[in-house]
Amino acid sequence: MQIIKDREIIEDSWLHLDDESADLVVGGITVTLARWQAEHELLLKHDGSLGLRLKGDDPLEEIVPDLDKFELIVLDFPAFTDGRCYSFARLLRDRYNYKGEIRAQGDILYDQLFYMSQCGINSFEMANSHQLIEAMSAFDDFSESYQTTALKPDPLYRRR
Amino acid sequence: MYQYDNYDQTMVDQRVTQYRDQTRRFLAGELTEEQFRPLRLMNGLYVQIHAPMLRVAIPYGLMSSKQIRKIADVSRRYDKGYVHFTTRTNFQLNWPTLESVPDILAELASVQMHAIQSSGNCIRNTTSDQLAGINANELEDPRPWCEIIRQWSTFHPEFAYLPRKFKIAVIGGKDDRAATKLHDIGLHLVQNNEGEIGFEVLVGGGLGRTPILGQQIRPFLEKKDLLSYLEAILRVYNRLGRRDNKYKARIKITVREHGISHIRELVEAEWVQIREQLELDDKEIERVKQYFTEPDYDATAGGDESFSKMQAEDAGFAAWVQQNIVEHKIPGYKAVYISLKSPTAPPGDVSAEQLDIIADLADEFSLGEVRSTHNQNLLLSDVKQGDLYALWCQLKSNNLATANINTLTDMICCPGLDFCGLANATSIPLAKEITDRFNDLDYLYDLGDIKIKISGCMNGCAHQSVGHIGILGVDKKGEEWYQFTLGGSSEEDASLGERLGRAIPKDKVLETVETLIDVFKELRYEDELFLATVRRVGVVPFKDRVYADN
Repeated sequence: MQIIKDREIIEDSWLHLDDESADLVVGGITVTLARWQAEHELLLKHDGSLGLRLKGDDPLEEIVPDLDKFELIVLDFPAFTDGRCYSFARLLRDRYNYKGEIRAQGDILYDQLFYMSQCGINSFEMANSHQLIEAMSAFDDFSESYQTTALKPDPLYRRR
Repeated sequence: MYQYDNYDQTMVDQRVTQYRDQTRRFLAGELTEEQFRPLRLMNGLYVQIHAPMLRVAIPYGLMSSKQIRKIADVSRRYDKGYVHFTTRTNFQLNWPTLESVPDILAELASVQMHAIQSSGNCIRNTTSDQLAGINANELEDPRPWCEIIRQWSTFHPEFAYLPRKFKIAVIGGKDDRAATKLHDIGLHLVQNNEGEIGFEVLVGGGLGRTPILGQQIRPFLEKKDLLSYLEAILRVYNRLGRRDNKYKARIKITVREHGISHIRELVEAEWVQIREQLELDDKEIERVKQYFTEPDYDATAGGDESFSKMQAEDAGFAAWVQQNIVEHKIPGYKAVYISLKSPTAPPGDVSAEQLDIIADLADEFSLGEVRSTHNQNLLLSDVKQGDLYALWCQLKSNNLATANINTLTDMICCPGLDFCGLANATSIPLAKEITDRFNDLDYLYDLGDIKIKISGCMNGCAHQSVGHIGILGVDKKGEEWYQFTLGGSSEEDASLGERLGRAIPKDKVLETVETLIDVFKELRYEDELFLATVRRVGVVPFKDRVYADN
């Protein structure tokens, strides 16, 4: 499917495995936290890239020691009003120094792309993929932010 | 007052452009009502019974005369020529069209105003004390801190989709005119044992269905740590706050369910990690403070003799001075309340013509600034005593000199069933009945301070839980009934009112207020105030009389 990554529309090949599908297909796969915790030894032998899917009520802090195993962290937005994973993204970037891809997945409005990217999310798997081209402009809704963000580590007042 | 620089102005202008496009997409059917809803709410736009309602932010209640004129202009061109001031010192337009809102926002942006985050589950407009900077009792002017919070909270990318709305209030001393204990975060400037000034931080206060007073989470916070501590609280709340039930989603419930000690542990653990990164620079604090420096007060203002002379000559003026004027830290200056509780308009409403006059009067008599208050009135903050009589004459001829501040008719009242989609019962007509009944000013003055607060539903927009007399509209099988509470307060002695008894039918509300006042007059000790009497004798004597017939 097409997604936005680093402000470009690209064809994405990651496969999101649910907990029931036993086979580990070749190539990039993502798994839930539960599956990672249950099968991490097996998953580490997987031939291809690994990604982890997190939900807003997952214990983020518990997976910090494993972060370097993942090229991708997928954050779940079950409803566009559920803002928990904005904090996850901030923490992953600022505190845990995660350098891989952080992806938003689920119910995402393109009006949220600006905030999400400020928090350190750099790819977007949107339900409405036909809106991708229009959505690209949303990254530039605002040219500045007052806050310390993942993109600009200094608050605005230090640039005034 | 604070003036936008290029950065501030650009952000507000870009917001208008963004919202114009969102409105266009909604009208073109590209956004569903559900998708548009949070977007319009974060721009202050509700959809009410008759029309959309637009709430515009007035940061910490401070406006210039230029802004007041623009508000009047917008209300004429896009609404019905009046606006409504709210308990969180914002104003609302009750009749704009959805299509015109982007234009209204563009007009407001031209005078450095906006509706950003005036609704929605985000950090709302920060409020403060209307006497900030002019009262002798404060340790420090809270407004620079409000502005620093305004900037930090505006478009905060992490906290735009919180579990529920989030309100912050800041005061500069012990006197609490901003209901800080009823805010998600209350900040009090305090002095520690070393003589340093910082913040006492309260968390978890709120009204609505489950009124709870805020609790202290930190007795003293250094000023430079303000933003890191706020960010820590918000991050803990954003992750922990309930999202399964909107009635349990405010931070007051998070604090209640987890306990203040646990919340404190989480916040402090988060705080130590971000404290250094978010430490405020002295340079930035000074930059903001320079917008709130003391004006050039006239040192000779106290020499005026006309003020006392005119009070002796004109009883109407004297009564207004007694009721609507408060002391100013500078001798010879006073702060003047403009009551928006006249008998002829709903509480908090003011017409475009009146706004234009208020703007002119602010320019002529009060350094060109006007403040809105938590009690839904306006304030001219810096008037020379020698100008008061001339000011009063002009206010009086424009129905702006109702001398009822803090009296029983200075009610807080929500829009109620007449306007609001949430309400179960009317509130404005009840306020009118009460105002008409208690129209004898001498009698009102004799009764002293009495705060009546009337809400048309349990969302409690008029803060009835903290009214000396709280009146809450409830729906009983399609009929409007009213639940009374007594003894609440939103001030430094904050308390929640106690239920009087079972709900009262609409046609008995006025009679019930009269009965409560009668009992008070019988039981009060000399000049004792209503709240003190209720606290001394409890609700039982009031209850016995109100429900005596059965």
